[in-house]
Amino acid sequence: MGRFQSIDAVAALLDRDNIDTDQVLPAAFMRGIDPDYGAGLFALWRRDPAFVLSRPGWERTSILVSGANFGCGSTREHACWALDEFGIRVLIAASFGEVFRDNCIRNGILPIVISPEPLEQLRALLRDASGPIRLRVDLASQRVSGPGFAMTFEIGAADKTALLDGLDEIGMTLLQADAIAEWERSEQVARPWLQTLRAAP
Amino acid sequence: MGTLFDKIWNAHVVGQRLDGRVLVYVDRHVIHDLHAPPAFAKLTKTGRAVRRPDLTVAVTDHMVSTRPGRTETSIPQTTPFLTRTQSGAERLGIRVLGIDSPLQGIVHVISPELGIALPGSTVACPDSHACTVGGIGALGLATGTTEVVHVLATQTLAWKKPKQMRIMLDGALAPDVTAKDVILFVIGHFGSDMARGHAVEFAGPIARALPVEGRMTLCNMVTELGGRTGLVAPDTSVADWLRDRACAPAGGDWARAVSDWDTLHTDKDAIFDQDLRLDCSGLEPQITWGIDPSHVLGLSGRVPDPALAPPAQQDELRRAIDYMQLQPGTPIAGLPIHRVFIGSCTNARLSDLQAAAKVVQGRHVASTVRAVVVPGSTSVKREAERIGLDRIFRDAGFEWGEAGCSMCAGVNGEEGAPGERVVSTTNRNFAGRQGAGVMTHLASPETAAAAALAGHIVDRRTFS
Repeated sequence: MGRFQSIDAVAALLDRDNIDTDQVLPAAFMRGIDPDYGAGLFALWRRDPAFVLSRPGWERTSILVSGANFGCGSTREHACWALDEFGIRVLIAASFGEVFRDNCIRNGILPIVISPEPLEQLRALLRDASGPIRLRVDLASQRVSGPGFAMTFEIGAADKTALLDGLDEIGMTLLQADAIAEWERSEQVARPWLQTLRAAP
Repeated sequence: MGTLFDKIWNAHVVGQRLDGRVLVYVDRHVIHDLHAPPAFAKLTKTGRAVRRPDLTVAVTDHMVSTRPGRTETSIPQTTPFLTRTQSGAERLGIRVLGIDSPLQGIVHVISPELGIALPGSTVACPDSHACTVGGIGALGLATGTTEVVHVLATQTLAWKKPKQMRIMLDGALAPDVTAKDVILFVIGHFGSDMARGHAVEFAGPIARALPVEGRMTLCNMVTELGGRTGLVAPDTSVADWLRDRACAPAGGDWARAVSDWDTLHTDKDAIFDQDLRLDCSGLEPQITWGIDPSHVLGLSGRVPDPALAPPAQQDELRRAIDYMQLQPGTPIAGLPIHRVFIGSCTNARLSDLQAAAKVVQGRHVASTVRAVVVPGSTSVKREAERIGLDRIFRDAGFEWGEAGCSMCAGVNGEEGAPGERVVSTTNRNFAGRQGAGVMTHLASPETAAAAALAGHIVDRRTFS
């Protein structure tokens, strides 16, 4: 589990909605058993020298800014591994695919949802800049700032703690191991056919 | 009093975790070869045991070859996924259905087909199409890889309860209009982001009238609507469909289970966060034209003109039209195609293959088209061969494959060539989904079969 505190890094604008995980990490880059996921990040788009992550100055991008529904599509957690291996620490968007968003938290990547108006302001800042722009993101104070731009963002307390402190999710769940065992015992009485899985012939 | 979703969810709540998330018990954990090897490795690293290997099933589907005569080593790049799924499952005491098993198949096809998923059960699966089992009234819970490890170790998922949405499907379908046409229409109408954060129940006369396998097609694409999971209330047709399946309850348990399933419906006074209706009367067969599942047209439709769209949508439409090499205003019917793929968890159950075979029977695939049928499971394949469907497809010039995900996801390398236009019975038409530069049109098995014969997109009802 990675941890996240704050970052001051280059941001890249992916100026569109509905970026699905097939774009984030094309299927071809999941084929090997221990592939270089970082090399697969936006691999089809990076073939284009005009694509922002292919351009000089954006090699060490750690913040992506996009539109609505970022990370929709396949639930491949591999997409988060690709972002992580490339060095992306923060995603800023109008909304995220839900499983994708949860996967980001689990992999120490901060997904920030911001409302249309400040998002458009931020997109315009990056769109109109002549070169790479650095943003500062601080999780403790829930703040994003850059040249002529500053705002706060919302994040759930549980997600914030998970990112700041790291998290042993299984350990947290197993604090309730007794409750799980008790649930199984009562289910064995109420719906025994769900507490067994009959062997197929 | 509550919704169908409430009833299943509430029956599975174990408690609340420290961080406020709800611990939901997982009755069935079905995992596959894309996620099992990394999850097994992560579990071993934590030093934890599998809590309920007896409620867990592993299957190979994403990474297998679907070519006739396949073996574990047919695709060298994916071989380690198959061998590590097999060896990891054996080491952990988990049942595994590898390519030598007569029960192997796509995880979402075999779960209901073998009676692993049951009405009222929770079924966790590391795949966005986990929602497919909603067609029999099972609650599909889609997870990532880290969550697989969590389920293996605890038999629970820590979730926030989703919001709830009901979509009433009104009207009646013309005989040649299918569940696939309905769900494409729903996504085209509401958009691919509309159900974000929601569990979706399909209700109304159309959902009720759909056969069980059609309901699975309907629920399969809830994820393309942005939803977390989908459901159709189970009725007696579901019990009839499940009876005597390999893992379904037997003996006294069967009668008890069926009587329990009678309670699985939304009560009259239940309240949804969003309660929507869509009239599907007069619906014609649907097909996608672009690179988002919401880019949908009726077969008599024309490619949209971005200039006439709201300004906020124009860029997206232009990108889609460019990628798909189309012109605004062109009728979608008549567009020449190179490939047809009939398969996937959306549309590769026996009834799908029967419907396609009915269109194909006695005809031949156009000389310009490569057409492939990949059954959803080895059981479907066996049954299809028993009733002679394979002969119909082969005689018509279709290739007849072994069960697996194949070019739906293309993870195993089975994909199209750049510039190829494909009519596919799958669920995603994202740019590059079926190979770099491949242009995918999603449609029903009947529409895909007719396109294979004609060599272009065509309404099978007018095709002779």
